Amino acid sequence: MPLSSRHLLGLYGLPKSDIKLILDTAKSFREIIERPIKKVPTLQGKTVVNLFFESSTRTRISFELAEKRLSADVLNFSASTSSLTKGETLKDTVRNIEAMKIDMVVIRHSAAGSPHYLTTLIDANVINAGDGSHEHPTQALLDMYTIREKLGKIEGVNVCIVGDIAHSRVAMSNIFGLLTMGANVAVCGPKTMIPRDLEKLGVNCFTNIDDAIKFSDVLNILRIQLERGAAVNFPSLREYHRLYGITKERLLKNKKDVLIMHPGPINRGVELSSDIADSSNSVILEQVTNGVAIRMAVLYLIGTRIEEEK
Amino acid sequence: MKVLLKNAYAVDPQVELNSQYDILIEDGIIKRVEKQISEKVDEMIDLKGCVIVPAFADVHVHLREPGREDEETIATGINAAMAGGFTALCCMPNTEPAIDCAEVVTFIKDRSANSLVDVFPIGAVTKRREGKELALLGEMAEAGVVGFSDDGNAISNSQLVRYAFEYSSMFDLPIIEHCEDPSLTVNGVMNESINSTILGLPPHPSLAEVLIALRDVAILKYCGGKLHLAHISAKETVEVLRNAKKEKLNVTGEVTPHHFSLTDDAVKSYDTNTKVNPPLRTQSDVDALIEGLKDGTIDVISSDHAPHSIEEKEWEFIYAPFGMIGLETSVALTLTKLYHTKILSLEEIIYKMSINPRKIFNLPKATIQPDKTANLTILNLDMEWIVDKFSFKSKSINTPFHGWKLKGKVIGVLNNQKMCLNEQLKIIK
Repeated sequence: MPLSSRHLLGLYGLPKSDIKLILDTAKSFREIIERPIKKVPTLQGKTVVNLFFESSTRTRISFELAEKRLSADVLNFSASTSSLTKGETLKDTVRNIEAMKIDMVVIRHSAAGSPHYLTTLIDANVINAGDGSHEHPTQALLDMYTIREKLGKIEGVNVCIVGDIAHSRVAMSNIFGLLTMGANVAVCGPKTMIPRDLEKLGVNCFTNIDDAIKFSDVLNILRIQLERGAAVNFPSLREYHRLYGITKERLLKNKKDVLIMHPGPINRGVELSSDIADSSNSVILEQVTNGVAIRMAVLYLIGTRIEEEK
Repeated sequence: MKVLLKNAYAVDPQVELNSQYDILIEDGIIKRVEKQISEKVDEMIDLKGCVIVPAFADVHVHLREPGREDEETIATGINAAMAGGFTALCCMPNTEPAIDCAEVVTFIKDRSANSLVDVFPIGAVTKRREGKELALLGEMAEAGVVGFSDDGNAISNSQLVRYAFEYSSMFDLPIIEHCEDPSLTVNGVMNESINSTILGLPPHPSLAEVLIALRDVAILKYCGGKLHLAHISAKETVEVLRNAKKEKLNVTGEVTPHHFSLTDDAVKSYDTNTKVNPPLRTQSDVDALIEGLKDGTIDVISSDHAPHSIEEKEWEFIYAPFGMIGLETSVALTLTKLYHTKILSLEEIIYKMSINPRKIFNLPKATIQPDKTANLTILNLDMEWIVDKFSFKSKSINTPFHGWKLKGKVIGVLNNQKMCLNEQLKIIK
């Protein structure tokens, strides 16, 4: 059964069967990348463009590795400045690239909805690698994959996302995906970082970290992003750490054997302490490995879907 | 030149007219309104099936000239107004240069002279609309502006607002406030709601609107003047206006058809034509706007016609400019959403779109009685049509209503001894 859509723009509204298909497919790729020869010919002859309008290292590398392991031809387009300042619209940029005959576009952009806009401009398949504060679907898929691997299931698992929810595409994609998969979802952070009316989605909102820890089987801890201008919605990094930092004492105090996840990069000593980041509860590096498998699965499922269409 | 309008169903609550009449017009003046007129005339038009009403006025439009003639000109705006059923327009001063002195006022008046549509400039409150010092309000009043506004922005300096009320009251002209506290809407592009969270778009909360409305009402109460609240979009603002009216303050307010026809669900497509300021709100706001129209809190329906070029709207949602056009859909949306749903009667719509706006801004009166100017709009209330943005007279096509099926159509307008008919009518020579 193919995916229901020829693009992956977000997890909002994505059917459970699609998410399950991606996670199941990723499991096979996860085995492949443990082999001595990690490359499969699945996307041979396909051209994938990584269109990155916002600086990113790990997501781009993860996608690039996934594409190369599927034998696709890979083109990296990074615009350090926004297309606006260059005087060329997104429309012209992508139409130019598409004119060179490409099959798939992986886009990262600071403007929410850019991947949706892209689908109205070009015929290639579009994969969202993060758009503004909107969605980052492959990150949430790899997070869900990691939860399923570690806890054996997603349904019924208590997951709390901690940090600046209002400015986090990782948080939103996780919320959408986890709710679809039947997890119990919570968020925790200062009230200034939690979007208004979030409870309407069926999400528990905590402002006290101890309550959040008591609730959780999984803590997904977000990077406190100073670069997004978030600094105005909380007083200081020190205070953030004091109120919301995940430390060994805090976990011990709340008795919890809890899975620690983080999308990276980590601010050690801010959102979580070093001992926790490096503890046996932490699956942060496994998330990174799983990320490659998830992206291979998404590229494969979308890439082979093209062939079925043709 | 004698024109006889036959079999017109005439409605004018000002003279309690609501029946079928023949209307004889001579040189732009209504001569007779009678059940049956038989007279030799130059032109006889059969208006069977049509309704004739006092001509509509749109008191909130952006004509873009001078400065952005690629988006709209005074001439194309006038054509759009005639197609849309309006014979009077009040144009906002956010042009380039801004309407902040008599020369620009005179320029616009000259450019629109001898037209079927009367165009009345609104002057800027502050020089270059910068919100720093008062513009030449007295000079502009003499040149013929009908109000003052920095529309597009609220005036954030409260002292300046106070001066504006005090100073403009000397000319008995209203201040038209675009209610938005800019510190609450930094980067904001859509209503703050669960939808802005789901779409990841920076929020533009209704709180920003209600705060400035409250402030302006307080200033008005303190020092007098006339306040007109532009494009009310939030339920809390309706309440502010309702309370201010209870206190008998000199305050009025308007709503746009897009704010009562759409909610922020429309933004889900990331269609930049749904990006408008103030933003589309929620269903409970729409319900409150409709309640405000029904109980008389909201006086006026105006379009906030804001043309933008295709190039400007072909951007990522957060980069595209705010605004949508409305002149050619305003009446039909109002009839579809308010008249055919029995929310407002035709008489009430005539108040909101003709009598009240003309009164608040002291525009030429429109009424169906002998010896008055034939300043009339002809409607077919039941005609259904599909909005086709490519057939618009406006120079721009930034509407989210393309493809909508609407019920009620503007057939034509008469004013200043001119007549413009959009539909083929039986003309008996």
